Amino acid sequence: MTWYLVRRIGQSIAVVIGVMILTFILVHLEPGSTAKAVLGLKATPARIALFDNTYGLNRPLPVQFWLYCDHVLHGNFGVSYTAGQPVSTLIAQRLPRDAVLLGTSTLLALIIGVPMGLYQALHHGTVRDDIVAGTWFTLYSAPDFMEALLLIAVFSVHFHILQPNFPGGITSVGGLFGDLNALVLPVVVLAINSVAGFSQYMRSSAIEELAQDYIRTARAKGVRRRLILTRHLLRNALLPIVTILGLALPDIVAGAVIAEAIFNFPGMGLLFWQSALSHDFPVMLGATLIIGIATVLGNLVADVAYGILDPRIRHAVA
Amino acid sequence: MRSPDDAVVAEAAGLAPGGAAPAGGDLATRDAGNLALHDFLHNKRAMGGCGVVLLLVLFCFVGPLIYRTNQTAVNLGLANLPPGPGNPLGTDEYGIDILGRLMVGGQSSLELGFSVAIASTVIGALYGAISGMIGGIVDAFLMRIVDTLLAVPTFILLLIVTSMFTLNLTAIIVILTVLSWPYVCRLVRAQVLSLRTREFVQASTAMGSTRMRILVRHMLPNTFNIFIVTTTFAVADSIYALSALSFLGLGPPPPFADWGTMLTTGVNDLFDSYPWEVYPALIILVVTILAFRQIGDALNDIASSRSSIK
Repeated sequence: MTWYLVRRIGQSIAVVIGVMILTFILVHLEPGSTAKAVLGLKATPARIALFDNTYGLNRPLPVQFWLYCDHVLHGNFGVSYTAGQPVSTLIAQRLPRDAVLLGTSTLLALIIGVPMGLYQALHHGTVRDDIVAGTWFTLYSAPDFMEALLLIAVFSVHFHILQPNFPGGITSVGGLFGDLNALVLPVVVLAINSVAGFSQYMRSSAIEELAQDYIRTARAKGVRRRLILTRHLLRNALLPIVTILGLALPDIVAGAVIAEAIFNFPGMGLLFWQSALSHDFPVMLGATLIIGIATVLGNLVADVAYGILDPRIRHAVA
Repeated sequence: MRSPDDAVVAEAAGLAPGGAAPAGGDLATRDAGNLALHDFLHNKRAMGGCGVVLLLVLFCFVGPLIYRTNQTAVNLGLANLPPGPGNPLGTDEYGIDILGRLMVGGQSSLELGFSVAIASTVIGALYGAISGMIGGIVDAFLMRIVDTLLAVPTFILLLIVTSMFTLNLTAIIVILTVLSWPYVCRLVRAQVLSLRTREFVQASTAMGSTRMRILVRHMLPNTFNIFIVTTTFAVADSIYALSALSFLGLGPPPPFADWGTMLTTGVNDLFDSYPWEVYPALIILVVTILAFRQIGDALNDIASSRSSIK
C-alpha cells in the first residue's frame, strides 16, 4: 500500500506539472498579442510596451514559464487584466461558494441516484427498470442549459416561486444561504446532470453484487430482505461509486460553468465564462490550474479511499 | 481465409461462440465479429437508435434537396411567423424557415459528431494500444500526457481555445478531437495491458509475430468492443459540446447554423411566446443525443454480456 501510495502521488505531481505546461502553452497559442486583445486595436505602441512589460509578456517563453511556475508555487497566479485584482484573490473568494454549490448538488444527486439505481437493479429487466432508466437518460441527454431555461420559464416566469438568478453583490459564503430561494434552481440543474451517471453505475454494480454467492447465502440463512439490502448489498455496491465521484469532478465543473453563467451564481464557473468573453487569460489560466489540481486530488483520494474500503484491492497492490 | 490464430484469439477473448450460437451451428465458421454483429442486429435499442440516426441523416442531408428553403437572406417581413402553410414549423426572428434551418443546422452538428468520434477513436485506440504494448518508462510518460488532458475538463479547454480564435466548424472538429481521444486511449490501453499477458498473445510472440502484427491482428480487434462504445458516446458528447458553446456565445459566428445556435437565438423568444423557435431544435437535439447514447449503451451491454460468457 505504501509503495502504491508513493507511486500514485508521484504520478499526480507529474500530472499537475503537465497541467501547468498545458495551460501555459494554451495561453501562448493566442494569435496576435494579448496586449492588443485587452487594450483594444487603437492602443498606442507605448501602452502596448508598458502592458507587455508590466505582465512580463516581452520575456522569452521559457523564462515566462519559469517565472510562472515560481509565482504559482508562491501562491501568485498573476493579476487579472480586467478586474485589476490578483487572480488568487478572485479565485479564493469563489472557491468556497463552488464548494457549497457543487457539494449540495452532488449530495442531492447521490441521494436520488443511489436508491434509484438500487431500485432498478432489484427490478432489472422489467418495465419499471426501463422507465426509470429512460427518464433519467432523457434528462441527461437534454442540454443542461435548456433544462435550466425551461425550469426558469416554469418556476420563475410562470409560477413566480423561485428566483431565476442570484442577486449581485454577494461577498461571503454565508450570503449564499441568506438567499436559499436563489440556490434551488442551480443546485437542481446540476444535480439532474449527475443523477443519471450515479444511478446507472449503482445499477450495474448492484446487479453484479446481486448475483454473488454471499447474497444467496444471506437469503438462504433467512436474513431479512431489508438487512440484505443495507448490510450486504449496499455496502459492496457503493464501492465503485467512490471512484466515480473522483472521476466525475471534471464533468461537474464543466456543468458548473454553464449553470453559473445562466443563474449568475458568483462562483468560479461564472468567473471563467466572463474571463473567456473578455480574453482575461491570467484568470482562465489560474482557474484551469485550480480545476486541474482539484481533479488530480479527487482521483488520488478516490483511489486511496477505494484501497482503504476494499481490502482485496489493498492487498492486490501491496 | 481465417488464419488459425484467429480462432484462438476469439476463444481466449471470451468472444468465441457461446450461448448465443444456434444449436448445431458450425462453431468454427462463426467468428467473433459475426456473433457480435448478430447480437447487435437483434438488439432492439441498438436497432432503434440506428434507425433514428439514419432518419436524421436523411432529414439533414437529403431533406434540403426536396424541401428547398432560403437559408441565407434575411427577410424581416416574414419574421417570427407561427407554423402554418409555407412554413410548417414557422420562421425565426430573421424570417428564416425553421424546418429548413433544422436540416442545415443538423448537417453541421452531425458532421461534427461523426468526424470527432471517428478521428478521436482512431488516434486514441492507436496511441493507447501502442503505449500499452511498449510499456515501461515510455508508457508511463505517454500516459502522463493523457492524464494531463483528462485532468482538465474538455469543456474548460474548449472555452479557452474558442475565446482565442474565431472558429469555423473544421477548427472545432480538430479541437474536440484533440480533447476527446484521451478517453478512448485510457480504456484501450487498460485492455491491451490485460491482453498482453494472455496466452494467445504470448503464443503469437513465441511464433515470431512482429509487434506490428500483434497490434493489428490481436490487440486492436480485441479492443474493438471497447472503442466502438466510446465512439458512439463521443458523437453525442461533441454535438452537445458544440451546442453548449454556441449557447455561451463562443460558437462560430453567423451565418453558421447548428441546433445549439438555433436554441440560443430562440431562447430570447422563449419568454416572448414564440415557442416554435425553441422546441423543434430542442427536441431534435435531445432525440439525436439520446439515439447515439442508446446505441452506445446497447453496445456496452452486448460487450459485457459477451465477456461474461467466458
